[in-house]
Amino acid sequence: MSDWSKVRLHVVTGKGGTGKSTVASALALALAHRGANVLLCEVEGRQGIARMFDVDPLPYEERRLTTGLPDDDGGRGVVHALHIDAESALLEYLSMYYRLGRAGKALDRFGVIEFATTIAPGVRDVLLSGKVYEAVERNSRNKGAIQYDAIVLDAPPTGRITQFLNVGGEVGGLAKVGPIKTQSDTMMKLFQSPRTAVHLVTLLEEMPVQETIDGIADLKRAKLPVGGIVVNMVRPRDLSAENLAAARAGTLDREKVESEVKAAGIEVTPVLIDGLLHEAAQHAERRALEDEQREVVRDLGVPTYELPRMAGGVDLGALYEFAGLLREQGMA
Amino acid sequence: MARRTTQHQTRVGPTSPRARRAGALDVDALLADRTTGIIVCCGSGGVGKTTTSAALALRAAEQGRKVVVLTIDPARRLAQSMGIEELDNTPRPVQGVAGDGRLDAMMLDMKRTFDEVVESQASPEKAQQILANPFYIALSSSFAGTQEYMAMEKLGQIHRDAQKAGTYDLIVVDTPPSRSALDFLDAPERLSSFLDGRFVRLLMAPARGPAKLMTAGFSLITNSLTKILGAQFLKDLQMFVSALDTVFGGFRQRAQRTYSLLQAEGTAFLVVAAPEPDALREAAYFVERLSEDGMPLAGLIVNRASPEPESALPAAEALAGVGRLRREGAGPIAAGLLRLHADQVQLVEREQSLRERFATAHPQVPTAVVPALAGDVHDLEGLRRIGELLAAAART
Repeated sequence: MSDWSKVRLHVVTGKGGTGKSTVASALALALAHRGANVLLCEVEGRQGIARMFDVDPLPYEERRLTTGLPDDDGGRGVVHALHIDAESALLEYLSMYYRLGRAGKALDRFGVIEFATTIAPGVRDVLLSGKVYEAVERNSRNKGAIQYDAIVLDAPPTGRITQFLNVGGEVGGLAKVGPIKTQSDTMMKLFQSPRTAVHLVTLLEEMPVQETIDGIADLKRAKLPVGGIVVNMVRPRDLSAENLAAARAGTLDREKVESEVKAAGIEVTPVLIDGLLHEAAQHAERRALEDEQREVVRDLGVPTYELPRMAGGVDLGALYEFAGLLREQGMA
Repeated sequence: MARRTTQHQTRVGPTSPRARRAGALDVDALLADRTTGIIVCCGSGGVGKTTTSAALALRAAEQGRKVVVLTIDPARRLAQSMGIEELDNTPRPVQGVAGDGRLDAMMLDMKRTFDEVVESQASPEKAQQILANPFYIALSSSFAGTQEYMAMEKLGQIHRDAQKAGTYDLIVVDTPPSRSALDFLDAPERLSSFLDGRFVRLLMAPARGPAKLMTAGFSLITNSLTKILGAQFLKDLQMFVSALDTVFGGFRQRAQRTYSLLQAEGTAFLVVAAPEPDALREAAYFVERLSEDGMPLAGLIVNRASPEPESALPAAEALAGVGRLRREGAGPIAAGLLRLHADQVQLVEREQSLRERFATAHPQVPTAVVPALAGDVHDLEGLRRIGELLAAAART
């Protein structure tokens, strides 16, 4: 049973460099159980999804991306992808809600679309999150569109996420009456409801953890629902707690290590043994720092999930591996 | 006599010698060069730009220079490491700098900087009107590009003041944590094209005089905008745009002046990256853009490199050993140590090959590789240590 079975909209954020796009992709694969349709969206014009899944750059159009991680019985769902850009979202919005026809074209001709999407404050965010809202709350206006079981948003970074989702505040202040105001209020209702969860990706290092703490405080202030914390790039755990402590203290039994390395069929040299012991000591020191940060994260009282650091980098296969780990830990 | 020319022929193809590499980045030489007046640190988010900027500024100050570091949104701890609880828009002296130099630190307050531009350009009455306009408030505090405009504006201000009063001989600038490193350079261009945009000119027209330009097409637009957004929205917008006209004409020129300042001698760009494909790709875009625009690129800094393993045992051999131990159910400690070793070798090899690819595509870029530190920087000593690591790259 997933920890987030009531959630339709999974928003994935994180400090730059923590791997939020990787986590968003893995989560989408993990959520795609038998028969499910999952939509993975990106809003930052980066084409990160296309790169990660090794497909052509995505248009403003829902595309079948791949199949999800198989269930135990082999059943699997489908992951779709959508690259949302503000200009297309505005034109679509206008035609869907206003049937503007001639006026829609005039807006484009007079540079209003360009104006609205490049500078009109907050409007950009509303258009992007508005499209996400539309995908979650599909209605009859979008005929023949897929009803998704879950939507995963590869969102802007932690520092901007509250502002991004807080459309009521942003546009509400500008458009005081009228349909935009009503619609941004409706969007806000979804974003603040238990059907949305904002997950934060972090590393077990001081700065990203601090940013996660600040991010959670911001979300709570804006009454946005805090989801889980995904701890990414966790160091390998190849040493037992006891040996780890000994490595840190420099008290690992050198002779024993020598004889064991010999038993492994590797030629024992002083340089090799020195190197291995020193590497172990450094590793133990960093593991201790990780443990400190893990405590800090645990104290936040939010469900946490961990993903390992991949020495060879993250490729498509690794995404499925991550998806499996997220499922095992109950995130999907 | 027939000359033997074959030896002098350059081989082409896969076995040809590589293009000449620029080698290591000499940070100390850059800082010691008194003609270096501005150092801009740029790169994608999360690569340690702010910390690098602060460490460079401290190192320069301790070599006797008068330095100010302009940070954008530093982590609280970094501000504290410079002994300053709350950085703000005014340079504050950093205590504990060794030697005759000095170091001031400040943090860009985007809204404050924007307000000051408005106040300096408009009459008090008009300024009040603008500052209260909801579009202005949203633009000055939240628009994604404002930070870049304001970082440039602030850099220009500090530079003018420093030249007049001789307060600083080196300005180190951190750039906003944008998705793309290019956003910083694109800011003035985007501002200009916005101000020259058709819609802005149309909105300004009625404010300027008789509404001659209110064509049928335009009223169609205003009508539909009113329908969607409400009449007040359009009124606020029109007021805002007409204010832009009076206030920001000068602003555009200033942004362009700062841009040419960045192209001038005396400016040095340092591109900061992490040994990750995304960060290095951004760095590559940036390097290409700098050379296109004739901007002075000093080098690439690759932060957070994994430490080199000390013994040369290849990963495959270590893992083969682990396999043998596992089959025999023996040697738990060695198995763990060898797996860790293999993991580290793989990491380092991957990072090296990423850097190697970058260098093949951009052989002209001097590079400094800085190993990852175990913890964060908490004090000046920590910044000093990073400065040493930056400088040490030239000596290895």
